[in-house]
Amino acid sequence: MRLGSFIRQCQAVTRYNLETIWERRAVSVVAIFGIAGVVGVMVAVLSMAAGFRAVVTGQARDDVAVVLRSGATGASDSILNHQDIQVLWEAPGVARGPDGPLVSPELFVIIDRKKIGAGTDANVPLRGVEAAGFALREQFEIVEGRNFEPGRNEVIVGDGAAGAFEGLQVGDRIDVGRASWEVVGRFTTGGGVAESEIWTDNRILQQMYQRGNSWNVALVRLRDAEAFEGFEAALTDDPRVSLGAQRQTTHMAAQSEPIEVFISVVGWIIVVMMSAGAVFAALNTMYAAVSSRSREIATLRALGFSRLPVVVSVMIESLVFGLIGAAAGGAASWFLFDGFRAATINWASFSQVAFAFQVTPELLVQGTTLALVIGAIGGFLPAVGAARRSVVGALREQ
Amino acid sequence: MSEADPAGTAAGNGAAAEAMVDVRGVSRTFHRGRTPVPVLRDLSLRMEKGEFLALMGPSGSGKSTLLNLIAGLDRPTGGEVIVGGSAIHRLSERKLAGWRARNVGFVFQFSNLLGALSAERNVAVPLLLTSFSARERRRRVDIALEIVGLSARGKHRPRELSGGEQQRVGIARALVNDPALLVCDEPTGDLDRTTSAEILDLLVALNRDHGKTILMVTHDPVAAERASRTLHLEDGRLAECGHDGTIEVPVHEPAGAAV
Ligand SMILES: Nc1ncnc2c1ncn2[C@@H]1O[C@H](COP(=O)(O)OP(=O)(O)O)[C@@H](O)[C@H]1O
Ligand SMILES: [Mg+2]
Repeated sequence: MRLGSFIRQCQAVTRYNLETIWERRAVSVVAIFGIAGVVGVMVAVLSMAAGFRAVVTGQARDDVAVVLRSGATGASDSILNHQDIQVLWEAPGVARGPDGPLVSPELFVIIDRKKIGAGTDANVPLRGVEAAGFALREQFEIVEGRNFEPGRNEVIVGDGAAGAFEGLQVGDRIDVGRASWEVVGRFTTGGGVAESEIWTDNRILQQMYQRGNSWNVALVRLRDAEAFEGFEAALTDDPRVSLGAQRQTTHMAAQSEPIEVFISVVGWIIVVMMSAGAVFAALNTMYAAVSSRSREIATLRALGFSRLPVVVSVMIESLVFGLIGAAAGGAASWFLFDGFRAATINWASFSQVAFAFQVTPELLVQGTTLALVIGAIGGFLPAVGAARRSVVGALREQ
Repeated sequence: MSEADPAGTAAGNGAAAEAMVDVRGVSRTFHRGRTPVPVLRDLSLRMEKGEFLALMGPSGSGKSTLLNLIAGLDRPTGGEVIVGGSAIHRLSERKLAGWRARNVGFVFQFSNLLGALSAERNVAVPLLLTSFSARERRRRVDIALEIVGLSARGKHRPRELSGGEQQRVGIARALVNDPALLVCDEPTGDLDRTTSAEILDLLVALNRDHGKTILMVTHDPVAAERASRTLHLEDGRLAECGHDGTIEVPVHEPAGAAV
């Protein structure tokens, strides 16, 4: 068969199939719905993982080092003392601001707050910071009220935390044990996990929690990203201290990974199960489509059309169903979930992180790919069956 | 009389005009489960160019089976089928499909039109297998519709046409590639008397004025009467048949007027 003739045959049969889709819409809709469901769920779940990753790693920089006591896995099991901080001040590669080295020792405790809507308690990080902490976070901005004053029982609340928990509006009071803080401001940091936190003055927090002159973690701004290796080597080699440093990007990616993996694995399990259902729906639809046209296919074959264009046209039809399903499912999850806010992720090192689902173009491409795979599987057997059917046999049936 | 072979099938009979259809000692056996069902046995048939042959016989006698063998839709279990000089029983399935597209026009009992396409697009379907220009295709569709008297209804979909009109569109589709041979399997089986007569008039005209060789399977003696010759198939055998229904000794009829 010459290529030109083959292409004309494929075009003709495909065009005919597609022109009759509307007449077969009742059956076709089942397949399209199945595929749309799979794509919708897949995009939604993965947009959750993407949104989570974006918020956790979004503000991380590779010229910022996160310093913990060596061997610690996170801020909560790390203690830094005054000598540690002094060593950091003098370490090579550290950037300097107008007030000295950009080293921000920070205290990190967890308090309980009620989640808005759910009414259940959840962990919210309360972070003690000082001047260097603000200098280091260039995108820090007060969006309501004012910053806390050092030495007073005042806190400011991250935008994400304020939206996710009760009693964190400007003017509210937070009572924890004997201590009582006033919420004086709400801040943003251009995204990132910090917005899910409450911040207060380091000294006040040290007193309240009887931490003396100690901290949990230090953030260090380096002169540039390349300065990290020298900085880390100096810390490791210094006999006076026992500290470990990671780039902030590495640190945050490692923190985000378990959750991302968890969401993705659970999501994919659901998606795979739904895909099996969608494949059956597609198979069913395509078998029905093919059998309702067996006479027409046989007629075309009698007139001299070959088998392959029949296979190709049925496959194309099935793939078109896949595309329609992908468009419907992708659009649905875009409208329903893109920007959808969630703060329900509970993870030891993070407590609550407020984030928004992110339906990215890559996810839509992935969803479409999955839809096409389902369409191809659902179309293949019926297509081959249709092509193998005996022409004479099909014509004999009334 | 074991075979209808009036003109003889001797190979190398170069002097005689080449037959349109030359079926030699063909058998066709189907299988129902494991049981073989022999439908045709050692059957021979010769059709001259320009002939209009009616094939009659009881239901299930194998008329469609024989027609399908001659049209290259099916292949014999044994024997030879030579149509227009090609030994089509030797062709691969792929080649056979191409051969059908060029050499045979099919008219089915039910017009078997594609319901979503207009009459003219239905007629154009076989042209998709050719490399004619769009203009040439257009021209051929117009001619074919004109021959069947449906020039005015080209834009209509099958369901907007009467049964007789649908069958005419089917005939136009069979004509559009200008094949020498038309095979019609009960072309009037689904039509009333008057419409049948019109369709038969059309077939007669195609045979007489356009030189088409026609093989028509029919149940209807009135339809068979319009043909130039009638054969009767029963118990796997062919017999020449007079129009009064009496079976006769094979007679060689002259070829119909060509072109
Ligand atoms: N594809 C097939 N498979 C099995 N049996 C068949 C097939 N085609 C025809 N037959 C059998 O062959 C016999 C002749 O069929 P057919 O040629 O259609 O008869 P007619 O057209 O004379 O009514 C019937 O018994 C039919 O059941
Ligand atoms: Mg029949």
